[in-house]
Amino acid sequence: MSLAGAPQGFLSPTGVEIAFLLVGLVTFGAALVTVTTRQLVHAALWLVVALGGLAVEYLLLTAEFIAWVQVLIYVGSVVVLLLFGLMLTKAPIGRSPDADSGNRWAALTVAVAAATALIWVVVDAFRATWIDLDGPAAGSTEVTGASLFQNWVLPFEALSVLLLAALVGAIVLSRKAKTDSSSPLANSRTATESSRLITKSDEDSGSPSSGPKGRGGRSERVEANKRDDRGGPAAQEGAR
Amino acid sequence: MHLVYPAVLSALLFCTGLYGVLARRNAILILMSVELMLNAVNLNLVAFDVWLSKTAEETLHSGQALTLFTIAIAAAEIGIGLAIVLAVHRDRGTADIDRLRDTAEGHESHEGSAADGTDTDAPVTGAAAEKAEATA
Repeated sequence: MSLAGAPQGFLSPTGVEIAFLLVGLVTFGAALVTVTTRQLVHAALWLVVALGGLAVEYLLLTAEFIAWVQVLIYVGSVVVLLLFGLMLTKAPIGRSPDADSGNRWAALTVAVAAATALIWVVVDAFRATWIDLDGPAAGSTEVTGASLFQNWVLPFEALSVLLLAALVGAIVLSRKAKTDSSSPLANSRTATESSRLITKSDEDSGSPSSGPKGRGGRSERVEANKRDDRGGPAAQEGAR
Repeated sequence: MHLVYPAVLSALLFCTGLYGVLARRNAILILMSVELMLNAVNLNLVAFDVWLSKTAEETLHSGQALTLFTIAIAAAEIGIGLAIVLAVHRDRGTADIDRLRDTAEGHESHEGSAADGTDTDAPVTGAAAEKAEATA
């Protein structure tokens, strides 16, 4: 093996390495199940396992603050948000046969090729690199807080502005679809109805004057919009 | 610990997320795969930060600070993404991104039957709506 030149061989792993390998296997398996399962809710639940495994990996790398932030934000909020999204979009609870699109074999080819290239490059570049995990932890809360508030204050503040913008943006996006009645679907439906009305009035009157046609289309559209408004809140409450 | 272990695990997770993004059809499953890719990047950042802070005595801890920023931006991204997916679902009644082909060119010929014809006649009805608006 060409790895014999490394100061620490791969054939005698330390305890931390064995733990990292086992947790990494669990994490990778959970990630594989997440992207291949046909039950959408199970995908979200396996994502919890993968993200929790990554938190354990951060702990093994002595980055404890990152680990707990990972548990709090990813496992605590992001997965819950994803589950809410799955329920609000009325995802099927059981197996859904169309979870994968038709290009899964092309996707598999691309992913395997990318994995081969990345692992080859990474192993070739860093096979002799050793992380010294002894001594004081590199990512304890004290160290992370000191570096964050000494060197990274300005990006930290900018990040709070970004979070505020994302909050406002999410609220605006979900309110607009509720109050704005000219959604594309309603538009197309009204348009087909109004065009149908135009042809009907053409057949009825036979006059090519544009006035009544336009007015008829407008009133029909208003009616359709009212119908859409009535359907909107009801669907909202049903989703809730 | 060898740096190869976290680096290889992160490469594997990234490619798993890549497969999910390319092969999945539901928009929320694609968001989950994007989360996997972001987490792979986070693992890489943390591993390299721990390595550099010990060997190069780098005290800036840029890797961990960037990991925190990535986590926060991923939370913002998932909020905005879910809002968009919910708006699309409310409008179209589906979260299937293979059927959102309104801006596609040249796909109507062999995808029209699968898409219920909603997007194939969208330009025609849009023109009709514009005509009704102009004549009103």
